[in-house]
Amino acid sequence: MKFEGTNDYITTGDLTLAVNASVSLERPLLIKGEPGTGKTMLAFEVAKALKKDIVTWHIKSSTTAQQGLYEYDAVARLRDSQLGDDRVNDISNYINKGKLWEAFESKKQVVLLIDEIDKADIEFPNDLLLELDKMEFYCYELQKTITAKKRPIIIITSNNEKELPDAFLRRCFFHYISFPDRETLKDIVHVHYPDLEEKLMNKALSVFYEIREIDGLKKRPSTSELIDWIKLLVVGKITATELDDLDITEEDPPYTGALLKSEQDYEILSRLRGRFKRKLN
Amino acid sequence: MFLDFFLLLKNDGIPVTIKEYLTLLEALDKDVIDCSVDDFYFLSRASLIKHEQNLDRFDRLFGLYFKGIERIDDEEFMKIPENWLMKNYESLFDKEDIDMIKKMGNLDELMDRLKELMEEQKKRHEGGNKWIGTAGTSPYGAYGANPAGIRIGQDGSRNRSAVKVWDKRDFKDLDDSVELQTRNMKMALKRLRALTREGLKDELDLDKTIDKTSKNAGYLDLEFVAEKKNNIKVLMFLDIGGSMDDHIELCSRLFSASKYEFKHLEFYYFHNCIYERLWKNNERRWREQIPTYEVLNKYNSDYKCIIVGDGSMSPWELMYENGSVEHNNDEAGFVWLERLKEHYPYTVWLNPVPPDEWKWTESILMLKDFYDDRMFPLTLSGLQKAVRALKDKKYNFESS
Repeated sequence: MKFEGTNDYITTGDLTLAVNASVSLERPLLIKGEPGTGKTMLAFEVAKALKKDIVTWHIKSSTTAQQGLYEYDAVARLRDSQLGDDRVNDISNYINKGKLWEAFESKKQVVLLIDEIDKADIEFPNDLLLELDKMEFYCYELQKTITAKKRPIIIITSNNEKELPDAFLRRCFFHYISFPDRETLKDIVHVHYPDLEEKLMNKALSVFYEIREIDGLKKRPSTSELIDWIKLLVVGKITATELDDLDITEEDPPYTGALLKSEQDYEILSRLRGRFKRKLN
Repeated sequence: MFLDFFLLLKNDGIPVTIKEYLTLLEALDKDVIDCSVDDFYFLSRASLIKHEQNLDRFDRLFGLYFKGIERIDDEEFMKIPENWLMKNYESLFDKEDIDMIKKMGNLDELMDRLKELMEEQKKRHEGGNKWIGTAGTSPYGAYGANPAGIRIGQDGSRNRSAVKVWDKRDFKDLDDSVELQTRNMKMALKRLRALTREGLKDELDLDKTIDKTSKNAGYLDLEFVAEKKNNIKVLMFLDIGGSMDDHIELCSRLFSASKYEFKHLEFYYFHNCIYERLWKNNERRWREQIPTYEVLNKYNSDYKCIIVGDGSMSPWELMYENGSVEHNNDEAGFVWLERLKEHYPYTVWLNPVPPDEWKWTESILMLKDFYDDRMFPLTLSGLQKAVRALKDKKYNFESS
């Protein structure tokens, strides 16, 4: 079965190919790209398209690799032993399975999303090398090896906050989601708002690109911001003519808050305006 | 069979490994792609390239290597003409073609001329889909039916031609937007730690728990402590502009690594030597200057001080009043450096100039002496030593 994108998710040829390659070779797929270009969404859409269940593991700065495998709750066991609970005799009662274990255990192949792997400690990916390579790990407490019944499809996203180790990268396929071109972006908007007026869409996209191309923005608006913004335009009943009259060198577009999210970016926008006016005078 | 391509990448400095190459071959073996160069481009990119800053270089090399080949027929692909990759097109052409090409001269010339013609054609009628040289005798027409299946002409369809995809060089800008190879530096800086326990008590203190539990007649009595956190404070002074321009990449790497590694990191910029004023923002350096005294008062001696600069200037910038190249300074550079050194007992100087060249610059030698040889090259090993020196007052470059 091949992934071809879904009705709700527009992909480009290179992305589908990367997904398919990693599915058939059973290697993890590492996805990077600007924030808001649908990295996390991809895993869900792959799961949907291939009709698989999804297991998500969201990484935080305090997450360790061991947590993905399992955790042994020794304190609970000690407590139970003092309370005379029968459960105490079976150590497996105190093994809390992690997301990897969950994915390995599943009888059907699942999609495993490891979201924002760069959030964790710099050594985190190295700790998972063997587990991702062999798709198995050893549980000391139970003295048995947990092996994946069906090797899961692993999709890993990263926001580039940390460099990933080479040994880890070697084991993955890599795809960088670049910002979509105008045509693809149109398709994407269309998926979300099938009834959107063509004229409004064109105008909105022009304004959007105009803002995106301002130099020095701290956070350039990306696809998800555009979707939110268009939603506001629709709800606020802004018409294409209103956008047509708009000149970002003179005033903020309506609902700028959805596009620009940092104070400095507003400052840049207004400074740009000042410079523009001076030029006119 | 793509070994040459692989070696080309490797020789050009793209970090590709055998493992990745084998993955690519495995993928080809499993028929992940159809036989089009487009797909091959995507597949090789996904399996060989792991850093987006290398994507642009990959695109260029790919374009270079696969110039002119756009589609491989299934039949041809099955035969695997190993030499088609070696630009040995001749082996693919039949006799007639070769003769024709010979008549036209060199193959490369032919291709170049072809490209020119295509460009021209594109310009003249936009969106047109006329093939170049439809006239029967034109050598370019021969290409259409040529066994290598080089497709020419064809413009205006939405079906992106392969050449376009990598020739677009979408990833040109990525080079400067990401941090480069800072991992090693981070690992080195990681050693600079002052672990203290503060904040929420959420870690089990095993010793105390055992202790208290046994006092409690064997009944569990849990004791928690706060997690250890790195509380090191770092003050960084960065030389900027002038001769430092050559080292800008290295310095920004160091900066990005330290910014990530230290929670308490303060940084200020200076030019050539530290005088009475510093600044935090280079764009606004003349408007928003901060008196050096203010910095000294604000950050106490707990801070570890790292000065990054090439130390290359004329000696009088260090020794005399009004020696600065940029402004009139009332006090000499050394006076300010002395103040800093006194205030921050743990100071090191990181120099991007290689140590072999230090002896050629008077001012570097002066600074090296001034800091009792606690000047380290801005290399990985230098950084490791500098980190050690920040913990040990007696450690210097010579003693290592």
